[in-house]
Order: sequence, then structure tokens, then C-alpha cells
Amino acid sequence: MTGWETFLTAAIKVVLAFALLLNVTILVVWFERKVVADLQNRIGPDRAGPWGILQTVADGIKLLFKESVTPRKVEFGPYIAAPIAALIPALLIFLVVPIGRPFTLGDRVIDLSGMDLNIGLLYILALSSLAVYAVVLAGWSSGSKYPLLGAVRASAQMISYEAAMGLALVPLILFTGTTSLHQIVELQSGTYLNFIPAWNWILVPSFVIFFIAGFAETNRAPFDLVEAESEIVGGYHTEYSGFRFAMFFLAEYINIFNISAITVTLFLGGWNGPTFGLGAPFDWILPIVWFLAKTTALIFVFVWVRATLPRMRYDQLMSFGWKRLIPVSLLWIALSTVAIGLRRMPPSWWPFV
Amino acid sequence: MSDKDTTEEQQDAAVAVEETPAVDAPMERGEAGRRRLHEMWVAGTEERADVRHFTDEGAQELLGDEGPDVLAIQRGTVVEDDYEFDDSVDAEERQIINMGPQHPSTHGVLRLQIELEGETVRRVKPIIGYLHTGMEKTGETLTWLQGPTNVTRMDYLSPFHNELAFSLAVEKLLGVDIPERGQVIRILMTELNRVSSHLLWIATQGMDIGAISMMIYGWRERELVLDFFEKVTGLRMNHNYIRPGGVAADLPDGWEDDIEMLLRKVPEGVAEYREILDENPIFLDRTYGVGVITPAECRAYGVTGPAARASGIDFDLRKAFPYSGIDKYEFEVPLGKHGDVLDRYHVRIAEIDQSLGIVRQILETMPAGDYRTADRKVTPPPRKRIDESMEALIHHFKIFTSGFQVPAGEAWQSVESPRGELGVYVVSAGGARPWRVHVRGPSFAHVQALPVAMTDSLIADAVATLASLDPVLGDVDR
Repeated sequence: MTGWETFLTAAIKVVLAFALLLNVTILVVWFERKVVADLQNRIGPDRAGPWGILQTVADGIKLLFKESVTPRKVEFGPYIAAPIAALIPALLIFLVVPIGRPFTLGDRVIDLSGMDLNIGLLYILALSSLAVYAVVLAGWSSGSKYPLLGAVRASAQMISYEAAMGLALVPLILFTGTTSLHQIVELQSGTYLNFIPAWNWILVPSFVIFFIAGFAETNRAPFDLVEAESEIVGGYHTEYSGFRFAMFFLAEYINIFNISAITVTLFLGGWNGPTFGLGAPFDWILPIVWFLAKTTALIFVFVWVRATLPRMRYDQLMSFGWKRLIPVSLLWIALSTVAIGLRRMPPSWWPFV
Repeated sequence: MSDKDTTEEQQDAAVAVEETPAVDAPMERGEAGRRRLHEMWVAGTEERADVRHFTDEGAQELLGDEGPDVLAIQRGTVVEDDYEFDDSVDAEERQIINMGPQHPSTHGVLRLQIELEGETVRRVKPIIGYLHTGMEKTGETLTWLQGPTNVTRMDYLSPFHNELAFSLAVEKLLGVDIPERGQVIRILMTELNRVSSHLLWIATQGMDIGAISMMIYGWRERELVLDFFEKVTGLRMNHNYIRPGGVAADLPDGWEDDIEMLLRKVPEGVAEYREILDENPIFLDRTYGVGVITPAECRAYGVTGPAARASGIDFDLRKAFPYSGIDKYEFEVPLGKHGDVLDRYHVRIAEIDQSLGIVRQILETMPAGDYRTADRKVTPPPRKRIDESMEALIHHFKIFTSGFQVPAGEAWQSVESPRGELGVYVVSAGGARPWRVHVRGPSFAHVQALPVAMTDSLIADAVATLASLDPVLGDVDR
């Protein structure tokens, strides 16, 4: 491909990814409201559009036209920057996630992801740790006490669980030997015994730790004490209104989608799934469907947990992170290292492996 | 105008009031002209006195001419209590936050002024009065029959208990006997009310510790009970159903079926809550050993009801001072040991069971008969009699125009409300209206115990503790 073609494909992909994320967010919010309503014996939104599917659009438009109240005591620069700082990493993370099988157009092979970075995992960890800046900036610059408490909670929580999250990924890198998300997905293609999908089954502990840490990273229940309504009102976004608030809201739901999509990619086979030999165009449509279906299943878990569990307390959250998740991750790293080492031993050792 | 001038002017005005016999004498002089005259009941006497009230209407501070120190206390920006300051902690590390009155989990309009050190609560000062509507004073202007309409709105989550306490107190003065069926209906409604109130408590407690679905689940079963209330009284809340002389109406036809449905469905719902919460490690972490009030502190602060029983104090007015024949029914008083939030949860869950047990016994043994006293001086005659009897028409007319007369005297009656000891003290001067109505609200005592339970816990614990004491601000402020 020539330079122009590369640029053009990249531009189209970025625009499409952006559009996909925004639309998906609208659906995720609607999905959450519907599912929570169902779990609570309510009906949920059902007025705007079929099954209330346009309710989120209506809410978004409302927020867009509402006044963005700026309290007198804010530090204006960081106050404005915070919502943007929340949204940008959320949007950028998604770029490395492959959402489907690469397809050929003429003689060009086009990946269904923004970019196939060979340091994909590190990129994800780096960007997700940027998200904490938005929360801290918002809380500090609001010039108000509840947001400040929320920001302090957020910085401690997100940094602690960042560590657990990173450690959970180490065995994955050890086993797969790559940090590129495309290669990780491809390594999970095929099946064992023709019916068990060849996902990273051995990495189930990593999956569990990563997913739990993902709850904390996205500030979702039961780790939602950053914005615990019954304790610190709205947390870091107490003083935000109008579209500035909407950007935080958008970032939160994009992050939920991102974490689910990344978990699917790393541990649940990504876009891999049976295509039933239907040929083109199902060869590349069905993988996208599989990817979205798996992601939706994980989003359902997010919603389900939120509707069920009480919120943890701040000290309990920290001790859970540092005294449970991180030691377990370290132990698991040690175990996987030993396992990988043993696998490289000569065949006479194999009975012991 | 200097402070001194103001004071002098006030003194002048006070003298002027004493000289002026009429209460409504207009005051024309400048600042004082806006001040209002109030009459107040003087403690220890049976007289009302003209008392000058210095409130500037609409002003936040009570006395406009106080110094800045006093004003700061009145505005709530300075916390004044017997707290001993810890010099080892830098003042820079502390901050005072106002939780409420518009905070999501203060159960109405309670305001807590909390001094925080990091996330740890070091001092708590509850500030009340945001829901003060002068209902006790209003009670003095309503007839005895209108009284329940007023008191039912105080503790709006247990309206029947308010009505019952008021009615029993009035009946003590009247000396009327209530027919058996009337008494049993009263017990039936108050025990169901205890169930509905505890269900709402579980809902809000769950909500406040972050289990959002608990709110809806609790409301689901509570709504069934309220539907029954609506069927019997016409309203979901603020029923004005239990009145001096009996109850307003007999139970509707088919009430047995409704009660049977409740006795089936409410335990099912409670079993579901227990499934969600009882074994949940997060719930246990959040409630175990949180917000402890010792028995001695309960006695010192006047904490009663489930909160006191969770601390192990075996005191239930239904056993200690039975009213309306509740001692005829078998029930137990569940007790806790530790006085923490978890024990309060268990005590309330057990109380739901016990109350439903009483309701079941009532269902089986409901006596026939009249639901209100036949004393025509207190209760209106049946509609039919009005067409036939001149005397009945006169009784009816008298009761609904001037109200019935209550002999002079005073009476105290307390009942076990879902929150604790709810007492009503009424004084009659012999007229158709009370001379004084005072309500001893359990929530009021619970709010004053908040600093004890909350100090040195985290914010999240403070919220859980507040919810577990179940204060109803209508009951606190009255």
C-alpha cells in the first residue's frame, strides 16, 4: 500500500471506530437501564423509540442543551480540561482492539482495528492509567469538598488496581509471548477436540483478576466509591453539569465497553467463533457478531453485579486490592513461570508437568 | 444603627408590649415593626403569655444583633461540643463538611456537620429543624377529632402508631371503652404498619450501603401492605384511621383474603432479601461492628425500639406496658448482642416475622362486634340513625362543628412504634381542643445519639449508621 492509501484507511478506520464507540455507548446505557430495570421488577425506559432505545439519545440531547454551570470556586483550566482528559483515553484505548477477522479488499488486507500495535498491551495499560488524571483533576479543580474526597478515593483506588491489572497480564505475556492483541487473538483460534474453543483456558486466574480489577478501573459497583452517591453525593463530578458531565458519563460507559472488549480479546477468544462455512461475506461479518456478543455478555455481568452487590468501604477496597488480588497475582505469575519452565524441559520430565 | 441602640430599642419595645394589653397591637417603629408578636404557653402554668419573638422573618440567624461568634454557632459554621481537641493532628488535615440537608442519604432534611480527618469522622453535629412545621402547636388549634389528622403526618412511615398513641391518650381523658373488635383492628393495623416500616427500612439501608436493588425489592413488598392500607382507610399514608373512640371504618369485606395474601407474600420477599444480604461478605463487612451503641449509651441518650434491642436491652412497650390488648397475642421480642448495624438488621427482620405472627393470630381470632364506641358524645351516629332520630342529628352536628368535649386533665400514652417509644402527652383544659399536645418522637432521641455511634468511623460507616437508626425527620422536627 502506498502512503496515501495507508493514511486513508487509517482515517476511515478512526472515524468508524469513533462512530462505533459513540453508538455502542448509547446502546450500553440503554442496555444497562433495561437490564437493571428487569432485575428490579421494573419496566425501564420504554417511551422514546421502540423499547425505549432512543432514551439515551434524548438524554444526551437534553444534556447538550443544558447550561453548564461553573461554580465560582473552580480552577477554570483544569476544570474544563478534566472531562476532555476523561474522554480521550477512553476513545484511544479502543483503537488497538481487533473487532473482527482481517478482510481483503482487492489486493489489500485490512485489519478491523485502528492499528495493530506490537505493544498493544502496554498501550492499554498506559492509557488506562491516564484516566485517573481526569478524575483527580476534576475533583481538585472543582473547589468543593465532596469532589475532593472522590478524587482522593479515585487516585488511591485506580493506582492500586492498576497494579493488579498489570500483574494479571504478565502470565498472559509469558504464555503467548506477545503483546500484540492481533496475535493474541490469532493464537486463540481453532478448537480442542473440535468443540472446545481454543481460548486461553489456562489463564482463567488471570481472567478473573483482570476482570475484577476492571470493575475497579471503571469505578463500577461494588467498587464505585469514587462516585458513591449515598456517601459523597456525586464524587468527582458533583460540580459538573450539562455537556461537561455528559463527557464523564460517556467516558465511563466507553470504558465499560473497552474493558469488556479487551477481556474478550485477551481471554475469551476475541472475534473467534464458528462461521459454519458460510463463505463470504459471512466470513468477516460473523466474527464481528461473535465479538460483540461476547462483549455484551461481559457488559451484562457488569450490570448484574451492579444490581446485586452492596458497595465496599474504602479501607476494605484497598485491603482487597493489596492483600488479596496482588498476592494472588504474584503467586499466579510464579506458578506460570514454573509451568513454562517445566514445559521447556526435555521430554523425560513431561510426566511431572 | 449600632448594636447597643438595637438592644435598647428592643427593651423599649418589650416594655411597650407589656403595657399594651392587645396581642395584635401593631408595632410601627422601624425595624421592630417587622417583628411579630407571638403568644406562647408558659411552662409550669396553665396560661398563655404574650412573648416577644425576635425572629426576623426570612433571616437565617435567630438574633440579628449577636456578635460574630454567636452567629457562627447559629449558622452552624462553628461546631460547639465537649470534644477534646487532639493537638497531635495538624488542623490543616481536618475539614468540616456538611452532609445535608440536601444529601441523598440523610433520610429527608437532616443536616450533619462532620469534621473529617481524611476519610475518618472525628466529630458529628446533627442539625435539625429543616422540616419543622410546628405540628405540635397546630395540634392546639385542631379539635380532638381532627388531632389524628395532624399527628399522623409526624412520623409519616408509621402513621397508625401516631394515631394510636394520640387516640389512646385522648381516650384516657375521656374514659371511654373501646369495643374488642375496634381494639383488635387497631393492633392489626399497627402491626402491619410495623411490617411496612421495617420493609422500607431494609430498602433504604440497602440503598445507603450501595445495594441499589434492595430499594426496589423492599418497596415491592411494602407496596402490598400499603395496598391493604389503602383498601381499608382510603389512603396509602396519613390515614387518619385510628381516632379517639375507635377506628374510622370497619374492615372491608374480604379483608381475610388480603391478609392471607400478605402473610404469604411478605415472608417470601423477606426470604429473598435474606438470600441477597445475609451471607453477602460485602454486606457483612459493611455492617459488622459498625455504628455500635452500647446499652449504657442507649439509656443515656434515650435510644429505644429496635436500635436499643439490638444492643441487648430487653425493652418493648408491647410487653412492658401493653396497650389495646396486645398482651393477648403471643410474640417474642428479638434481641441483639452487639448493637451494631448488623444486629439492627437482624432484629428488624425478626420483628417482621413476629408482627406477621401477631397478624396471623388476629386473622384467626378476630372478634365480631362494633369497631368504635357506642358513646354518641364521642363517635358520630350511623348515617341511618340521623334520618330517624333528632338526637342523633344533634350529636352528629355537635361532633363535626364544635367537636366533642374532653374533661380537663393530662394524659401520657406511649406505644411501641417501628422506631421506638412514641409517646403522646396531651393536656386538656376541658374544651373541644387540646391545650397542649406534645409528642415524644423516637427519631429525635436517635438523632442525638448519632455522634456517639458515628465518631471515629469512616464516612461510609457514618452513612450506614445513620440509615440503621432509621430516623424519620418528620418525627424529629414535628
